[in-house]
Amino acid sequence: MSAIAPGGAEGFLHRHEGLKDHLPGANLPWLVALRADAAASFRAQGLPTRRVEAWHYTDLRPLAQAGFDAPLSAVDAAVALPAARAEQRVVFVDGRHRADLSSFAAASIGHWLPELQGRIAAPAEPMAALNSMFFEDGLFLTIAEGQDAGTLELLHVVQAADRPAAVHPRHIIRLEKGARLALLETSIGPTDKRYLHNPVWQVEVAEGASFTHVRLQQEGAQGFQLSTVYASVAAGGTYDNFTLNSGGRLVRNEIHATLSGPGATCHMNGAQLLGDGQHADTTTFLDHAAPDCASRQTYKTVLKGKSRGVFQGKILVRQAAQRTDGYQMNQALLLSSDAEMDSKPQLEIYADDVKCSHGATVGELDADQLFYLRARGIPEAEARTMLVRAFLEAALEGVENPILHTALEGAIEAWWVRHT
Amino acid sequence: MLRIQGLTAEVDGKQILKGIDLEVPTGEVHAIMGPNGSGKSTLSYVLAGRDGYVVTGGTATFNGVDLLALEPEARAAAGVFLAFQYPVELPGVGNANFLRTALNAVRRGRGESELDAMQFLKLARARMKELNMPEDMLKRGVNVGFSGGEKKRNEVLQMALLAPQLAILDETDSGLDIDALKIASDGVNALRGPNFSALVITHYQRLLTYIVPDRVHVLMGGRIVRSGGKELALELEASGYGAAQAA
Ligand SMILES: Nc1ncnc2c1ncn2[C@@H]1O[C@H](COP(=O)(O)OP(=O)(O)OP(=O)(O)O)[C@@H](O)[C@H]1O
Ligand SMILES: [Mg+2]
Repeated sequence: MSAIAPGGAEGFLHRHEGLKDHLPGANLPWLVALRADAAASFRAQGLPTRRVEAWHYTDLRPLAQAGFDAPLSAVDAAVALPAARAEQRVVFVDGRHRADLSSFAAASIGHWLPELQGRIAAPAEPMAALNSMFFEDGLFLTIAEGQDAGTLELLHVVQAADRPAAVHPRHIIRLEKGARLALLETSIGPTDKRYLHNPVWQVEVAEGASFTHVRLQQEGAQGFQLSTVYASVAAGGTYDNFTLNSGGRLVRNEIHATLSGPGATCHMNGAQLLGDGQHADTTTFLDHAAPDCASRQTYKTVLKGKSRGVFQGKILVRQAAQRTDGYQMNQALLLSSDAEMDSKPQLEIYADDVKCSHGATVGELDADQLFYLRARGIPEAEARTMLVRAFLEAALEGVENPILHTALEGAIEAWWVRHT
Repeated sequence: MLRIQGLTAEVDGKQILKGIDLEVPTGEVHAIMGPNGSGKSTLSYVLAGRDGYVVTGGTATFNGVDLLALEPEARAAAGVFLAFQYPVELPGVGNANFLRTALNAVRRGRGESELDAMQFLKLARARMKELNMPEDMLKRGVNVGFSGGEKKRNEVLQMALLAPQLAILDETDSGLDIDALKIASDGVNALRGPNFSALVITHYQRLLTYIVPDRVHVLMGGRIVRSGGKELALELEASGYGAAQAA
């Protein structure tokens, strides 16, 4: 390494210039054009700052300063993996599919790239544009009509490297009519290295299909994860997203879901478990574009030490979306006086026959509840644990799949043990 | 067993208990009656160790141990049980999990072995049957959506499971229907014996026909103003507290 890599948007653009001819698909004119457009869009927007409304509560300066490079890991590098949680697991290392480490033969974006013209979206959001500029690989999965694919696990591992690395996987999931899939996505990385994991998900749920997407964000303590999910749900389909943010230094979980056909349903639930020095942001955008759709959002944030949580949730009910049933609840539990929570719920309603409610609370553990437990002989620390778990319960309720439920419980337990 | 001397306490800077003297010997059941706002619940909270109830003077010992120096959980482990006037709802905490955690915490404190889920369920079901409680109350959140009377019954269930040495019942009878009152009283009477004492706070003489007290005390304005035998309850019912103070 000679010169210090430049940081900020400039740094990403600079590296894009150097890398673009070596990225997968550099010989595909449509993809070259898509990446060039993304770079132009990113150049115009820059890395978002707090002056941008959507990023008002999340300051990316620590990311801008880091100067991330492309990952260095070899495609066949040895990696230590945690035990699999589902029978079928597909593994990505530094944003690249590793068939040798996976237990089922999933297709990958990198492999199918020549066939994917028109399938790779180019969203305008700056972090998604960055992903379009750099993505190398990702899961490419189509569940055929009427098929129940069971429960799959996707493990994403960032390898330790001396230079801060940025990885930008692009995952594309499509469920055809009546298909079913439960996916457990886990993200992990080295505890002491700075890196950026910037995944983009394209999710398409066809008529009557059902996709349960559970995400465990357990990045290393110096890791950044900025993820964006784009989901569209056709008539009678269901997209359930549960995201647990417990790792990382600066994390954003941004979800855009569009209910595009009558009777579509979307659940977005999540928990953010934050300790000293962590920042986590959940930003949701729910677009009710068709009649008779239902959406449910329950987010819970537990904050310890000097940590900061953000929830922004917008529900848009278009004129056509009559009889929409929308619900959004966002609650935070402050376990320290240094912690901070920002909430911004937003309803934008153009239909007249609509049931939409939202609520937000920020509070501390209830002294009466704590005393009640202690008066029954339960030691204070255990009583606190019980109440924090109870607080999270309402968000977990929707996850019925036992593999996913066990994984979530385990992740919460691990966080709690680490922080008490 | 319980000895309270010159106990004074304040809440939010306001003095509520103004010098309580009270002794409940082992094996005895004492009743406390008194007008609204006289400090009965305050006394029970002070004895259970609730934050914000500041003891400004006096002592309270339990089997010779300084009760006021113990954390609430240590008081419970030592055998003190408070049935709350207003039981607290714990959404997200399953009743079974709560009861088992409490029972095992108290058993640990007593040096007894913990019960596993099966052993606990067997015990809990037996107690619930005695108290005529539907089993599905184990599955629900603690007191969540319980009717007033169901909450009180849940307090009695907790008492029956934890088998305390000293039970403080703060208006456990209020809100109970006639049958439940009888069942709850049976629950208390079942614990009666040479190693059990109770402090029964009530507004109604009726309860004391089921749980016959050894002594009745009248608490007014933060002090015990009169004490007597079980007939005092009848006298109060007939002539009210004004007469009690004057007497
Ligand atoms: N936080 C507080 N600040 C000021 N006064 C308080 C506070 N909490 C309780 N009190 C007062 O203390 C007094 C005693 O209350 P307590 O609940 O002990 O009465 P009680 O005898 O149990 O009445 P009841 O029969 O209605 O249950 C009341 O006058 C009450 O208003
Ligand atoms: Mg009272």
